[in-house]
Amino acid sequence: MANTTTSAAPARTQKAPEAGALVARRKRRYTLLTRHDKILLALMVGVPLTLDVLLIWGPTLASVALSFTNWQNIGPITGKNFVGLKNYQFMFTGYTLFWPAFIHNLIWLAWLTLIATPLGMFFAVLLDREMRGTRIYQSVFFLPVVLSLVVVGFIWDLQFAPTDGFINNALGTAKSANLIDWLGNPRINLFSILIATSWRHIGYIMILYLAGLKSVDPSLREAARVDGATEVQTFFRVVLPVMAPINVIIVVVTAIEALRAFDIAFIINQGKNGLELLSILIYNNSISEASLVGFGSAIAVILLLISLVPIVAFLSRVMRTLA
Amino acid sequence: MTALWLFPLFWAVYASLRPYGDTVLHGYLSWPANGLSFINYQNVWTQAEIPYYYINTLVIVIPGVILTLLLASMVAFCCTQFSWKFNLVVLMLFTAGNLLPPQVIIVPLYWVYLNTPIANLGSIDIGNFSFAIFSDNNLLYDQYIGIILIHVVFQTGFATFVLANYMKTITKEITESALVDGANVFRIWWNVILPLCRPALAAMATLLFTFMYNDFFWALVLLKSSYKRPITTALNNLQGEFLINNNLIAAGALLACIPPIVVYILLQKQFVAGLTLGSTKG
Repeated sequence: MANTTTSAAPARTQKAPEAGALVARRKRRYTLLTRHDKILLALMVGVPLTLDVLLIWGPTLASVALSFTNWQNIGPITGKNFVGLKNYQFMFTGYTLFWPAFIHNLIWLAWLTLIATPLGMFFAVLLDREMRGTRIYQSVFFLPVVLSLVVVGFIWDLQFAPTDGFINNALGTAKSANLIDWLGNPRINLFSILIATSWRHIGYIMILYLAGLKSVDPSLREAARVDGATEVQTFFRVVLPVMAPINVIIVVVTAIEALRAFDIAFIINQGKNGLELLSILIYNNSISEASLVGFGSAIAVILLLISLVPIVAFLSRVMRTLA
Repeated sequence: MTALWLFPLFWAVYASLRPYGDTVLHGYLSWPANGLSFINYQNVWTQAEIPYYYINTLVIVIPGVILTLLLASMVAFCCTQFSWKFNLVVLMLFTAGNLLPPQVIIVPLYWVYLNTPIANLGSIDIGNFSFAIFSDNNLLYDQYIGIILIHVVFQTGFATFVLANYMKTITKEITESALVDGANVFRIWWNVILPLCRPALAAMATLLFTFMYNDFFWALVLLKSSYKRPITTALNNLQGEFLINNNLIAAGALLACIPPIVVYILLQKQFVAGLTLGSTKG
């Protein structure tokens, strides 16, 4: 850790003269830009920005506003539609699917953070050691990442299916009375699809982490070895601290993947019977099964609030370098 | 470990190559009694009209990738080559927008799609395929352009972030000297900066192709007509039609994942570069 603070200090002192130069440079640049150029620049940023605001940020704010109404997508919204916190009240106390979905999202997050992501990191560390065939292993582990979750769902269905699936046939339980219904039993189906999800997630994390490991200065490890550190010590005391920025990104990516989860649960059984997720409840309540726009939006607001945690973490980490 | 990783895929290939009758008689965990065949591929290719859905996907993905790269590179260019007050805010809006779960915005977005009037100017018809200009029901909903639009807007956030990271490394002097030489900013973007970004653009194109190709959610919500569906959502319907014939479904699923696998094998370097460009520099 001492290493990072000392390297940050000179960077800060360098920044001061740079800022002064920037002001001078900026003055010159403005004189270079014609009126025509400024209009062009405004358009080049303005058109994409308008679309982004209209189709992403507008709907985000609209979700928040709609969550206080009982609007059902019929007729105009009037003052009568305003119901205050009623949607939230019902969601927390009356709606039996909310807490299961919330907990499933948490389990999803815990599984990815505690099992899948560390495994991906572990594979990255193994593959970083320049052993023979590294590239082949890398390609194999990464292969599921390019597949659509729809396809991932089907492929794992062939493994998990109760009578026809590979697992039950291999275990010999396919024809017995105590057949294990991997995808149908609400006590275990969440974990079945988490295995399928991890098949894809692990490769994704591995590639991200591998890129980070490759950027670690090899002389650091060399120095640790000369000092007599074991490989495990070197990893935890030297490599891991140096990788702090990428660790943050990996955690954020993992959290966002867990909150976004939708496709695979929807494909297996429409997200029912043990596979409820917040994202699926939004879709079911407001679009597919009912048009309770207000209520669905209240669930969306909860999902939004949770998502803001990793998003803010990501931005505060990353924007420092873009500034 | 590698074998374990490949096994689910291998098993799907094995199931897809076995005639349905064979697996009904002997179970899935058995040696092929009557040999392997491509009969399931043939059937799914013709009965489920797989080629038609490939075209649907391409009609969405190709304009989607090109437009995303154009818009994102414009924003990244303006925000990295010039020092405006709001550069950082703009970049943050785009980046954060891409990180939101799509389900957070879907309810109002669905309403927007159902209530935005779009001109109906006929269509381009090739064989039994018809591409409406711009809408055959005067709405954004249930239209190719609607799906292209949301892909472009959503992915522009990601592409802007990555391209801005990349363009930051290009010195501003280049833009400045081009301005001194009298080039306008549009020409600088197109003739000077974009060629310099070729590696990043190639990496992004590969990645965006895969993202859009693999999308399931937008097409599920914002398209209704089954004949407009891209291959991923069409595949989900296949499950309903041929419910019990796992072998056929396996063949369909494998056909659907051939394009991304081919792209990955051919452009592996670009693909990985795209994923890591955004993260390691951050």
